[in-house]
Amino acid sequence: MDLEKIKSAIEAAVPGCSLQLVLNGSPCLQHSLWVDRGHAFEVAKFLRDDPELHLDYCSNVTGVDWLDTETSEKVKVKQLLDGIEKEVEEIRKTRTPGYLEAVYHLYSMEKKHGPLVLRLRTEDRAGQVTLPSLTPIWRSAEFQEREIFDLYGIVFAGHPDLRRILMWDEFEDHPMRRDYVEPDDYEYEPTPHDAVLKKSIEHQHGLK
Amino acid sequence: MDQKLKIDLSRQGIFTTTLEELYNWGRKSSVWPLTFGLACCAIEMIATTMARYDLARFGAEVFRPSPRQADLMIVAGTVTKKMAPQVVRLYNQMPEPKYVIAMGACAISGGPFKQGYNVLKGIDRYIPVDVHIPGCPPRPEALMDAFITLQKKIESQHLTGADRPRHLDRDAPSEFVVPQFGAHDLEPSKNPKLWHILPVTPKDQCTLGENGPGKN
Repeated sequence: MDLEKIKSAIEAAVPGCSLQLVLNGSPCLQHSLWVDRGHAFEVAKFLRDDPELHLDYCSNVTGVDWLDTETSEKVKVKQLLDGIEKEVEEIRKTRTPGYLEAVYHLYSMEKKHGPLVLRLRTEDRAGQVTLPSLTPIWRSAEFQEREIFDLYGIVFAGHPDLRRILMWDEFEDHPMRRDYVEPDDYEYEPTPHDAVLKKSIEHQHGLK
Repeated sequence: MDQKLKIDLSRQGIFTTTLEELYNWGRKSSVWPLTFGLACCAIEMIATTMARYDLARFGAEVFRPSPRQADLMIVAGTVTKKMAPQVVRLYNQMPEPKYVIAMGACAISGGPFKQGYNVLKGIDRYIPVDVHIPGCPPRPEALMDAFITLQKKIESQHLTGADRPRHLDRDAPSEFVVPQFGAHDLEPSKNPKLWHILPVTPKDQCTLGENGPGKN
């Protein structure tokens, strides 16, 4: 499957949508397609109904949590020092806000091709975490979107039954998020090591 | 009664016993477990009951589908936090005398999933456990060994006195607190009346750090 071709086919079929190739540098070279939230539903519908692609099977949906990242780079800046212009190195920090991602793996049962990896990204990690649900298009996404909602906290708009699926309803956290703080129950560790040893000693000293 | 005299009499064809022995022999020989499995350990538990290992030889072949008819709860498998209240509730519904075998690494401590966000770190946080079996999963022989250990425990219980079985002790608790689903964890996260650990001294902590397994 040629992603570039699929990309231009989608762009022709769904006007106004913004698509981006996300390249995978590892040996598997499994590149993916990042679709903007606003047009994701139409794009998905096209991918399923297009006679050429006919991606009728969504095998897997998963979540990814991308934290805020801070990159620093050295920039040479010209500055006036004592009336003389000098080149001074300055460290500039750029902060990229994090986001949550839902990844869909699509196959075609009829055409025997796939997977096409589709990525949807939220605005940020805190307040704006809504994505369009693709369950109306692929029914198999229903439980997996519920699982992502449960463990990552992505809200899927248009999902027929968006409830927690693994954790209990009263639970408030999203345990697969990377900043999840687990409850402090490290009273007894028979074979503590590494991070667990640290936690159990912290617990016993009452540091937490 | 003098054991030597008892053996001498039995050589003469005279069988002597005490009410306590007879009573405990009856109890230990027909322990009915609850049909109840949580994960892969349950497969080993099933194997134990089938023809090859045949738990029926020890009088425990009748797995009851209702907690009201069961004496023994074999906690076979990973107890998730979402499942823990139901396990405690089932235990509470069993009539006295009742016993618990915690089977496998998960049931006794959380096992390989101990650091998981939804795994209870040992069922003994909520209900009293009589026999712990390590293993992942324990072999059927290990479960039979645990069962024989439990039989020995039942056999050695006196019907009067401080160590009498709970069903003969009016004040002994039969039901334990069922944890509630909280916002971040089960509430309470353990039953402090049941779950005790010895306080760790600074010396223990040194060994904890240097030699791996701690003494706490």
